[in-house]
Amino acid sequence: MTVKSEEKKTGKMACNSATCQSGCYGDEHSVDEDYQKRPPQPEDGVPPGGGNFNSDGLCIKCKVNETIATTHPAVSDGGGDRGRFCADCFQSNLFGKFRFAVTSNAMISSSDNVLVAFSGGPSSRLALQFVHEMQQKAQKNLDASRDRLLPVFGVGVAYIDESTIYPASSHDFDGTINQMELIVASLAPPAKQFFVVPTQSIYSHDFAAGKDRLTELVGAVSDITGKEDLLVHLRMRSLQKVALENGYTKVVLGTCTSRIACHVLEATVKGQGFSLAADIQYVDARWKIPVVLPLRDCLSEDLNVCCILDSLKTVEAFQQPRSGINGLISSFVKLLQEENPSRESTIVRTAGKLTPFCFKRIPEVGDSNGHLASKRRQKKYNLKPSESLPPESYCLICNSPLKKPNGTSSNCFRDGETSSEIYASTCSSCQYQILPKDPTSLENFLLLLPQSMTTMAKEAVTTKSC
Amino acid sequence: MASEVVDATAPKPRGGRFCTVCNERRAALKRPKTLEQICKECFYAVFEDEIHRVIVDNHLFKPGERIAIGASGGKDSTVLAYVLSELNIRHGYGLDLFLLSIDEGITGYRDDSLETVKRNEIQYGLPLQVVSYKELYGWTMDEIVKLIGLKNNCTFCGVFRRQALDRGAALLKVDKLVTGHNADDIAETVLLNILRGDIARLSRCTSITTGEDGPIPRCKPFKCSSVFNLLIDSFEVGPLTCSSRIYSPNAYRGFAREFIKDLERIRPRAILDIIKSGEDFRISTSTKMPEQGNCERCGYISSQKWCKACVLLEGLNRGLPKLGIGRTRGLNNERNKDMKATNGTKALQSKQCGTLDF
Repeated sequence: MTVKSEEKKTGKMACNSATCQSGCYGDEHSVDEDYQKRPPQPEDGVPPGGGNFNSDGLCIKCKVNETIATTHPAVSDGGGDRGRFCADCFQSNLFGKFRFAVTSNAMISSSDNVLVAFSGGPSSRLALQFVHEMQQKAQKNLDASRDRLLPVFGVGVAYIDESTIYPASSHDFDGTINQMELIVASLAPPAKQFFVVPTQSIYSHDFAAGKDRLTELVGAVSDITGKEDLLVHLRMRSLQKVALENGYTKVVLGTCTSRIACHVLEATVKGQGFSLAADIQYVDARWKIPVVLPLRDCLSEDLNVCCILDSLKTVEAFQQPRSGINGLISSFVKLLQEENPSRESTIVRTAGKLTPFCFKRIPEVGDSNGHLASKRRQKKYNLKPSESLPPESYCLICNSPLKKPNGTSSNCFRDGETSSEIYASTCSSCQYQILPKDPTSLENFLLLLPQSMTTMAKEAVTTKSC
Repeated sequence: MASEVVDATAPKPRGGRFCTVCNERRAALKRPKTLEQICKECFYAVFEDEIHRVIVDNHLFKPGERIAIGASGGKDSTVLAYVLSELNIRHGYGLDLFLLSIDEGITGYRDDSLETVKRNEIQYGLPLQVVSYKELYGWTMDEIVKLIGLKNNCTFCGVFRRQALDRGAALLKVDKLVTGHNADDIAETVLLNILRGDIARLSRCTSITTGEDGPIPRCKPFKCSSVFNLLIDSFEVGPLTCSSRIYSPNAYRGFAREFIKDLERIRPRAILDIIKSGEDFRISTSTKMPEQGNCERCGYISSQKWCKACVLLEGLNRGLPKLGIGRTRGLNNERNKDMKATNGTKALQSKQCGTLDF
């Protein structure tokens, strides 16, 4: 499929023609409905219609340094912010997005212990870096302040080890872990705990039995996409467990705009339109330990570049390429993004217009002890009264809110009480792509699930309130 | 959502050589939805029955209504013409059926398709009305493309066709318009609306009947069916696929279409899952939706002062081919709302770093 057409307009190259669909027409900033163009701001000294292309090569923000396109040509293909900002402003822009997300969603309070999920990749590396810098600043403020009311939040790091499912040589594995330990050690003071959490730890602490059980569980899923998704759900369960057992109060994920854009399409394609709004918020308070996404507004491209510019070490930790439907969507979004760099943001913004669930914000904590001081400083921008009642139940595998009435899957009727119970407690997507079809395998599968999944379903009904 | 009728009591044959429904005839194809082997006759029977169920369950028609079938000459509308005329007789819907065809004025393409529609008129005994862009707007697509090139011609054609169908239907004094949009089309539309950020359309595009508050309601009985490729050979439809539409290579819809084809190969039911997602999306009531009014120039339904067709025509007649393509500043208040919602990046650009408190 050809993307770039022959009859591209030359001459009036007011914008990056590789991305602009319609070609600009004089002074009228008419762009294709598809293309969200940021209007040029005259006060920055950029000529109208200047768009992405900066003729003088200077940062449009500080107007002093050269843009990344000039200083680091290797990392700046494709334009976007790299053609507009210098390295410093680019990085502070990203950090600014992070900080804005944190403060306006009250993600981290001074009494929190946050656990940063670390995969080794650039997004979580940067999340870790930013959280660390925020912690350092808080420490500086504490040292400088007279009343010393606000303590500094604590930070821990967790890596989910999936070597049971994706085996790696012990040499490679140890090497990777070493690198990660070095990275975490470098982010001090204050020193941070580093947890290597094998997936099978979601079962009891009997190591060998857990491994077998996990292998059997994953092996029982025949659909490739279903298998991948199950692992994602198990990853979250592992994070929840290690956070809970070690006194952490928040889980920080490095999920970025690009990942969310893919998730929007994945959920749509799997029939999860009802629950989609639950997975894309800044804050996900469904879980016992709320999960926050401070990098939600950052593109993965930008995060990549930032790591390179900052010389932040990342680790290639056995990242599996996405396969099946997830892989297809990943390539599709990449293609779209190349054709139009605002595409990922547009997708996320569209999904952002879906009615959110009430657990999109941190529940108010009613106790005192310095919380008043922190509340004073928190700027709560987005806290509208909850627009919907709390869902009655959640899928026991993926924790997505279930539409009532549920269980009327169009697949077929099942006999047996346990089966119909299961179909009432799972979403249609998990029913199709994860649960085994025949009754015996299904029974066996349910026994293999970690207790956290099967008990969470019951807990959710009785204790969750928004 | 309709699901195909399955004869659950038929024994499954070993080796899958025989049709699983009648168990008599040899299987000719595999049903995409259920992956069952099925013979041609049973396939038609099952399919026709499914459409009948859709029509009945969704109360699409009332006896005595005049129904215009949007007929492009393509496979979808040919099958639609056949199925509707067949079911109308078989189940006694009591409908007054017509074929309505639009001549866009594309040399070569439309001539072939009009031939097919004329054949349909004879085959199914349905009177045919042809309405052309030339008589409606004063321009053929050939003339338009000559002026504006190949980049935004699909916008023109789409807008003009939608109005042409409505105007044609009004001329015929019909009560409803029926189009052959199938599951793949609806799924594509859902996807496109997500990609383009069109939340208003996203909330409407999965309904089986749209425009009930407007002049002519339209329904899509094939909304949940995606089996057309299998029916082509029986219907002697000309080689009209999207790729043969000579002016459409750069249409954005092509992206979505390729993706859907790939998706269907991995997981056939994903198409219906997309539609299900579309139906389940809950759109915030706080989201601003464009209000429905009437075009000042021609009276057609419109959310702006002028309907899109009038805007485009104005552009063509004044030699300003870009008029009406894309966003124009200040005209549409909906656009400003989107600007505000760009994740606060503008807010950051104007704030000094370091003033944000933790």
